[in-house]
Amino acid sequence: MNGIYLSIDSSAHASVALVDAANGTVLAERTSPAPNDQTETLNAYVAELLADQQIQGPALAGIIVGVGPGPFTGLRVGLVAARTFAYVWGVPLHGVMSLEALVQRVLDTEGQVPSEFVVAADARRRELYWARFDASGTLLEGPRVGAADTLPALPVYGAGAGLYPEQLEQAGAQPVASSAEWLAEAALLGRRGLQFLADGVDLSDTAPRYLRESDAQVPAFMRKAQA
Amino acid sequence: MNRNEPLVLGIESSCDETGVGIVRGTRMLANTVSSSMEEHVRFGGVIPEIAARAHLDAFVPTLDQALRTANVTLDEIDAIAVTSGPGLAGALMVGVSAAKALAVATGKPLYAINHLVAHVGVGVLEGTVLPEQFGALLVSGGHTEILRVGSLTEDVQLLGATIDDAAGEAFDKVARLLGLGYPGGPAISKAAVEGDRKAFRFPRGLSLPKFVGTAEKPGKHRHNFSFSGLKTSVARCVEHFEAAGEEVPVADIAASFQEAVVDVITSKAVRACQEHGLTTLLLGGGVAANRRLRELLAARCASAGIGLTVPPFELCTDNGGMVAALGAQLVAGGAEPSGLEFATDSSQPVTEILR
Repeated sequence: MNGIYLSIDSSAHASVALVDAANGTVLAERTSPAPNDQTETLNAYVAELLADQQIQGPALAGIIVGVGPGPFTGLRVGLVAARTFAYVWGVPLHGVMSLEALVQRVLDTEGQVPSEFVVAADARRRELYWARFDASGTLLEGPRVGAADTLPALPVYGAGAGLYPEQLEQAGAQPVASSAEWLAEAALLGRRGLQFLADGVDLSDTAPRYLRESDAQVPAFMRKAQA
Repeated sequence: MNRNEPLVLGIESSCDETGVGIVRGTRMLANTVSSSMEEHVRFGGVIPEIAARAHLDAFVPTLDQALRTANVTLDEIDAIAVTSGPGLAGALMVGVSAAKALAVATGKPLYAINHLVAHVGVGVLEGTVLPEQFGALLVSGGHTEILRVGSLTEDVQLLGATIDDAAGEAFDKVARLLGLGYPGGPAISKAAVEGDRKAFRFPRGLSLPKFVGTAEKPGKHRHNFSFSGLKTSVARCVEHFEAAGEEVPVADIAASFQEAVVDVITSKAVRACQEHGLTTLLLGGGVAANRRLRELLAARCASAGIGLTVPPFELCTDNGGMVAALGAQLVAGGAEPSGLEFATDSSQPVTEILR
């Protein structure tokens, strides 16, 4: 595969990267230090990276976007931007589950990857988004959302491990302390997505992985009216 | 950039309508709206998270449809305008991020504008020349405001607003009480046709002398509205009939409730115009569809010597065309674009026309 890909993930912080498909080199990346400024920062990062690398949008080989799971509002900011870029520039859009960025980091960092492991991100409301993988990084279960003590008794990587280490340990899981600050970053997600594309995986689905319904309850008076 | 008759694309996502409109100067070329209204019916009101999810999926198809309808390309567009507030935060952020991406992708300047002032912006469409100064009455599910407009692009003042529910919200809540379904506006209006609007005397909120004062010494709420007491009063009335085991006179209650809302809105709007020397009033917002509101407002404006302008209904409800129309005025007036880093403001004041 050849060409430059734009990668966007807003499932945790606003994060943008340009990745060269020929060798997986990350040409440039920007990730916000804050968890709640996607609307303000993300599109400006894209403009800045393209200008710095002197790349025109229509010349991109494709766009890789994180489809979550992640807090809804921030997640949508990245998704609607990615869909708009793909539409205007006429380039292909590929959706990758955001926790795959953390898997890429596990594969990059760990000399000996556990035979099975879990990656977990902050789902707020005292819960985690998580998924289970084997040593090769193949998805075995998830993504799911739930309290820390519902995770499998396996090594846990990612910001989720840093948030609730005690509950994880009580449930028999092993939070990996060195990974406690790991977030889904666009550079990691982009490299992971390029590997999927090289392997012929279908990434055409860019529907957000909310995992939770909207909180809305049908009020009693409406149930009465509809009955 | 063409500042005489700029070609502007406007994006609206502050509530449950995803709108993309395209305006050349003061001429509307396209006004495509995708609504998630149907998805909110079973909840009896707009659910912000459902609205935001719908915006994400509707944006690109709505944009594509608007460009096709206007028969223009993004290359030809001079500027992009987007509603940055007021509105539902999560909904606004989808439209704003889409607008920023569109600005980055096309290199066009982006203007972040006020939703309420955009409602007034439709007044300039089709070359209508607005008077030097005029009033605007905005009545919808999210808003009930009286504005003084000295200049669409530079001078808008809030004269009065609701201190609790918006008028459209009151219609929704009372429709629920009466088992009339959602949205409440059309449901109440339909039921009221058969009813007697003088059957019950429901309260006109913030009409007591202590709130209103006099023209010389205006009270704190002279031009403000309140509909929550009215809603409670209707609930008591319904309970009274139910407790007595009698059939609830739905049509009479609907007609009397509608009359209370319309009476207080129109009398306060006309008084605000008179006291601020405004001889023209523009009506906007979804409740402008209410026939009794238009009828009574027209009569009261006529007796007060105030000219009334009611735009076509599709321009009264939320749409992208109004955002484009105000955007075109700002571009023509030489306004500076907003850049890429502005935030949404769910309570953006009318004095902040452009962020």
